[in-house]
Amino acid sequence: MSDHLPEKGHSLNGHPAEDEHHGLDPLEPDEPIQNPGLPAHVWRPTDVDPASEKRAERQIAAIFGLSSICAVLFVVAYFTLQTGDTHDTVLDLGASTVALGSSLGFALLLIGIGIIQWARKLMGDHEIVEMRHPARSSDDDREATLGILSQGAEESGVFRRPLVLFSLGGAMTFLLAPAVVLFRDLGPTPSQVEDDQDYPGAGLEHTVWDKGVRVVRDVVGTPIRPSDLEIGDLVNAEPETVFALDDEGEPILEGVPLQIAKSKGAVVLTRMDPKDNTPGKGREDWAVDGILCYSKICTHVGCPISLNERKTQHLLCPCHQSTFDLADSAKVIFGPAARPLPQLPLMVDDEGYLVAQSDFKEPVGPSFWERDNNGSTTE
Amino acid sequence: MRRLNRSANSLAGRLSRHRRRPVAGALLLLLGLVLTGTLYSAFSPASAGSAENNEELVAEGRQLFLVGCSFCHGQNGEGVGTANGNHYGPALVGVGAAAVDFQVGTGRMPMVQPGQQNPTKPESYTQDEIDALAAYVASLAPGPAVPEEGDFSLAGLTEEERTEAVARGGLIFRTNCTACHNFAGKGGAMPRGGYAANLSDTEARYIYEAMLTGPGNMDNFSDGNLSPEEKRDVIAYLYTLRDQPAYGGFTLGGLGPVSEGLFAWVAGIGVMVGFAIWIAAHTTRSTKQKDGTAA
Amino acid sequence: MSIDTSKVADSNKTAATAKKKLPVGAVAEWADDRLGLATMMKKNLRKVFPDHWSFMLGEVALWSFVVLLLSGVFLTFWYVPSMGEVSYQGSYDPLRGVEMSEAYASSLRLSFDVRGGLLMRQMHHWSAMIFIAAMMIHLLRVYFTGAHRKPRELNWVIGCLLLFLGTLEGFTGYSLPDDLLSGTGIRAADGFMKASPVIGSYMSFFLFGGEFPGDQIIPRLFTVHVLLIPGLLLALISAHMLLLVYHKHTQWPGPGRTEHNVVGYPMLPVYMAKAGGFFFIVFGVTALMGGLLSINPVWLFGPYDPSKVTAGSQPDWYMGWPDGLLRIMPGWESTVFGHPISWNIMIPILIMPPLMLTLLMMLPFLESWITGDKRNHHLLQRPRNAPTRTAVMVALMTFYGLAWAAGGNDLIAITFGLSINQITYFMRVAIFLGPIIAFLITKRWCISLQRKDNETLLHGYETGIIMRSPEGGYSEKHLPVSADRAFTLTARDRDPDVTVVESGTDANGLEPKSNPLEGIRRRLRTTMYADNIQKPTLEELEEGHHHAEHEHELQAAMDGVSADGHQFDGHHLVEDETLRPDH
Repeated sequence: MSDHLPEKGHSLNGHPAEDEHHGLDPLEPDEPIQNPGLPAHVWRPTDVDPASEKRAERQIAAIFGLSSICAVLFVVAYFTLQTGDTHDTVLDLGASTVALGSSLGFALLLIGIGIIQWARKLMGDHEIVEMRHPARSSDDDREATLGILSQGAEESGVFRRPLVLFSLGGAMTFLLAPAVVLFRDLGPTPSQVEDDQDYPGAGLEHTVWDKGVRVVRDVVGTPIRPSDLEIGDLVNAEPETVFALDDEGEPILEGVPLQIAKSKGAVVLTRMDPKDNTPGKGREDWAVDGILCYSKICTHVGCPISLNERKTQHLLCPCHQSTFDLADSAKVIFGPAARPLPQLPLMVDDEGYLVAQSDFKEPVGPSFWERDNNGSTTE
Repeated sequence: MRRLNRSANSLAGRLSRHRRRPVAGALLLLLGLVLTGTLYSAFSPASAGSAENNEELVAEGRQLFLVGCSFCHGQNGEGVGTANGNHYGPALVGVGAAAVDFQVGTGRMPMVQPGQQNPTKPESYTQDEIDALAAYVASLAPGPAVPEEGDFSLAGLTEEERTEAVARGGLIFRTNCTACHNFAGKGGAMPRGGYAANLSDTEARYIYEAMLTGPGNMDNFSDGNLSPEEKRDVIAYLYTLRDQPAYGGFTLGGLGPVSEGLFAWVAGIGVMVGFAIWIAAHTTRSTKQKDGTAA
Repeated sequence: MSIDTSKVADSNKTAATAKKKLPVGAVAEWADDRLGLATMMKKNLRKVFPDHWSFMLGEVALWSFVVLLLSGVFLTFWYVPSMGEVSYQGSYDPLRGVEMSEAYASSLRLSFDVRGGLLMRQMHHWSAMIFIAAMMIHLLRVYFTGAHRKPRELNWVIGCLLLFLGTLEGFTGYSLPDDLLSGTGIRAADGFMKASPVIGSYMSFFLFGGEFPGDQIIPRLFTVHVLLIPGLLLALISAHMLLLVYHKHTQWPGPGRTEHNVVGYPMLPVYMAKAGGFFFIVFGVTALMGGLLSINPVWLFGPYDPSKVTAGSQPDWYMGWPDGLLRIMPGWESTVFGHPISWNIMIPILIMPPLMLTLLMMLPFLESWITGDKRNHHLLQRPRNAPTRTAVMVALMTFYGLAWAAGGNDLIAITFGLSINQITYFMRVAIFLGPIIAFLITKRWCISLQRKDNETLLHGYETGIIMRSPEGGYSEKHLPVSADRAFTLTARDRDPDVTVVESGTDANGLEPKSNPLEGIRRRLRTTMYADNIQKPTLEELEEGHHHAEHEHELQAAMDGVSADGHQFDGHHLVEDETLRPDH
C-alpha cells in the first residue's frame, strides 16, 4: 500500500481502529482496497479557539441584526413609496416593487445565511453513523400479516362467496356512471350549439359572415372602399357585426358572443397587383381588383396571423411559423399547418364598400373531427 | 469765391467732408442693396420664392442621386433589373419623399451589400442632403410626403383626449403591429432571415413614414388603412411605452418567456446551486493539528 | 498536547450525547399525554442525513413549493377568477377605458394598486419557474447517480408525477391573468384538443363551456390551479418525503460508508438548521428576483383578444419542448372517411409528451429488467461508472434541449441573424441525429474517465513535477493517492461478466432462451456492460504499487525537498524550504 503515515483511526493494514468500527462491511477478500473507516475528525477554528468562536457568534448575530433592519426597511418602503396613479420610480424602475423586493429578499436571505453559518461554524459537526435497515419487512412480519389477511378473507368469506363479491364489484362499477354523467353539463355539444343558434354564427361550421356583411377595419369599425387601399396594404379587419349597434345604440354583440364572433370572423384584407394573384378554381370572382380577404385564424391551432411579407405575399403565423401564400389561395408553403386559410369571397355593395358574398365556404380555424376534410377547399 | 467756399465748407463741409470720402460710395451701395433685398423679400410672393428653392433642391437631389443611388435605382429612379426578373434596386417612381426620408434617414439606404434585409446604420447623408434626395424622388411622381411634426404629436389635446389617444393607440398597435414587432416593439422574426425592426429608439417621424410607405417587406398602412389620427395614436402609445418606468424591475429585454426562462435557470437555479455548494462545503479546518489528536 | 481544548463546548467534543435534559415543562407533557409524540421524535430527531450539495437540489424544489403556496394565497385575496367584461378604470393609463375580463383587470390591480402586489406576482412566477427547474435537475442528479434503483423506484415514479403536475400547474397558473400572451397559449391548447380524433370537439366544448373562448375557462383553470393540483402535489410530496425518510437518503461511497449504514449529520440540530436555513435562502433569493427582475408584464401584453397576437409567442420555458416539436413538425394531416387525422398536432402534443413521461417513469424498471440487478442500492454511483445509463439520459437531454431550442426558433433567428426556415430544417434532422451522437460521445467519454480513474489507482496522480533522469529523459513524477481517495475510487460494484461462451451458455452458465424478448434483453445487457472498464483486482493493484515503489526508489534522492510533490499529500509543509537542497 502507500507508504505515508496512516491517519488516526486507521491501522497500517487498512483495517479500522476499534472505536471507529461502525457497521463497516466484513472484509471482502477480492476487494482491492478495504474500507479504511471514517476519517478522524478535524477541529474547526471555532472549536478550538474561543476568540474565533466568539467572533463567529458576533458575526452570526450581526447577520441576524442586519436582517431585522431590512425587515424594518420593508415596512418603511411599504408606507412611503407610492404605486398607482403617482407611481414612484428609482432609476426608471418601479420604486415600490424594487424596494420591497430587495428589503424582503435580504431580510429572508440574511436569516438563512445566519442559520447556515451557525450550523457550519458553531454546531457540532461530528459525522455520526446510523445503520440502515432493509426496506422489506422481516419474514416473521410477512408471515404474520399474510396470516391476518387470510384470516380476514376467511372471516368475511370473500373468496367463498363469489356472487356477493361480483355483485359488489358490479355496483361499484355502476357508480362510475353518476360520477361521469354529473359532468355532462360542463358544456353543450358541438351539434347542440349548431342547432340552437343562440347567437349569430353559432357552431364550428359557421361564422357571423354572411352575404352583404361589410368588411370593417378592426378597432375603429369603419367600412372600407377599394379605393382606400393601395397595393401592399394589409388591413386587419372584422365583420361589421362586431361593431354594429342596434336601434337603441347598444352593441348587437357583447360578452361571449362577441368574443366568439371575433375568434372566427377576424380576417385580413390585402391588396396586391391583380397580375400577381393566381385565384383558385372557382374563385376568380372572389377578389375585387386585387383585394383579397382571408381568414385571420391559423388553420394549425388557431392563433391570429398578421405577419405579412409585402413583396412575396407570404403570411407568417408567429406561433409555430406556418407560412401561407396569399397570392395562391393561401396555400401552406412552410410550417406545421396542414390546410390553407379559408378565403372570404368579396364583392362591392351599392355604396361602394367591400362586403362578403357569403360566409366562408369551409370552417375556419383548427381542424376538428367532424370537419368534412373532403369538402374541396378551392371551390 | 473763396469766402463762399469757405463759408460753404464750414457748415456743409462738415457734412460733405464725409460724403466725399471713397468709403461713402461703398456704404451707399450697401445700403441700396440691403434696402432692395428687404423690400423684395417683404413684398415678393412666397410661392415664387419656395418654387425657386424647390427647384434647387431637386437639382441638388438629382446630383446626389446620380452619385449615390443610381447604380441600383437607375439614373431616373426607374429601377435596375436583372436577367431573372429580379432587380438590384426597385423603381422609386411614386414612392414619395416619405420613403426616402425614412430609408436614408435611418441609414438603411445606401445598402452596403445585397441581402435579405437592410439594417439600420449611421446615416450617410446630412438631413439637408436627405431633404434634397427626397425632393428629387418626389419630383419623379406624386407619393407620400414627409409628415409634419403636427401630424404625429399630441399637442393641443386635453389630458383626457391624450389618455384616450394612447389607449386607442395601444389597441391599434396590438391589432396591426405586435404580430411582427412584438408587444413591446422589440421586433420579431420574419421568413428567410428577415426581421421586423426593434422600435425602441426609432424617431416618431420614421415610425410614421414606415407605416405610410411600407418599407421592405413591411405592409403599407396607407391613410386609407390606418388614418393619420390612428398613426398618431400608435406613435403616442409607443412613446408612452418608452417613457414608462419598468414597473417590475429590470426588463430582461422585453422578449417574453424565452429570456425569462433563461434568467430563471441562470440567475435562479445558478444562485441556488451556488448556495447549496456553500452550505455543504467543508468549513475551514484548523491547521494547527495535523495528526488529528484532540487533547 | 499543545492545544487547550478545555473551553471547547461539551457538545462539540463527540457525537452529541445529551448531558443535561432540557426543562420540558407542562405543555410538552400535556401534548405527549394525548399524542405520544416522544416515541416518534425519539426515532426521528437524530436521523442521519448525508451532506452533499447535490442532495439539496430537491430541497430547492420543496422550498420553492412552500414559497408558491405562501405567495399564491396572497394573490388569491385580490385576483378575481371571472371572465365578465369590464371597462378598465384603474391607475394604468394606457389601458384606460379598454374592455377586458375581470381576471385581467384584477391582475392589473394587483400590479399597480396593491402595494407589494407586483412583488408577490413576480415572486410567485419566478418560484414557479425555479420549482420546475429544480425538479428537473434533481431528477437528473438522481438518475445520473443511480439513486432511482431499488428500493427507490416508487419514489422515482412519484417524482416524475410531481414534475408533470408541476408543469400543468404552471401552465394553468400563468393563464389566469387572461392576458394576450397566455390567452394565445389557451387558444393553442384548444386547437390541440380539437385535433384529437372522435372526442376532440367534445373535449373542447366541455372545457370551454361551448365555443372558444366562452367565459368558463378562466374560473375552471382557477379551480384546477388553486385546489385540485395543489392538493395532488401536497399528497405526492408528502409521500415522496415519507419514502425518503423511510429508506434513508443515499450517500456517496467513501471511507466509513457502506451499503448498510448512512453517515452524516443528525436531523437535530445540524440538518434542521441547514435545511431550514436553505428555506430562507430560497425564499430570499426568490424575493430578490421578484423585486428586481421583471417577469410576465401583463400590462404590456394587453387583455386577451382572439384577433390579436404578439411576435415571440412562447409558453413558459417548461412547455418549450412540446412547442418546439410542434414548430418543426411538417404539416401532415390525413383524411379518413372525410375526418381529419391531424398528425401535425397529434404527434408532438398528444403522443410525444405522454410517451416521454411514461418512458421516464419506466426507466428504473427498464434498467432492472435489462441488468437483472435485484439488489438494494444505497451507495451512489459516479455517472462515469454507469456509462450506458449516463449516455441514455444525455441522449434524452439532447432531444429535450433541441426541442426546447426549436420552441424559441424565432428569437434565436433575430438574436443571431439567422433564418427561421433554416433553423426549422436543421432541427428536423438534428432531433434524430443529435441524441444518437450525444449517446455515442457520452458513453465513450465515461469509459475514458473510467480508464483515467484506473490510471490514478495503479500509477498514482500526476504531481506536475517533471523529473529529468541522468540520461536526459523527462518523466512526470506520480505519487500515490491517499488511502481514503483510493478506497473511494474502488468503492463501486464490479459489473457482471457478459461474455458469451462458444457453446451458447454464457459465463454464468445459463442456457440461451428462445424467447425473443429474452434475446433483446441479453443484447441490451451486453451493451450495458461489455465496454465498461472495471476497477483493478487485488493483484493488479499490488502490481501497480510494486511499480510505484520501484519508481520511488529512483526518485528517493529528491525526497525531503520542497519539489518532491509530497506537499500535496500532507507529508510536510513547504513554507521554509528552498527548491534545491544546497541553496
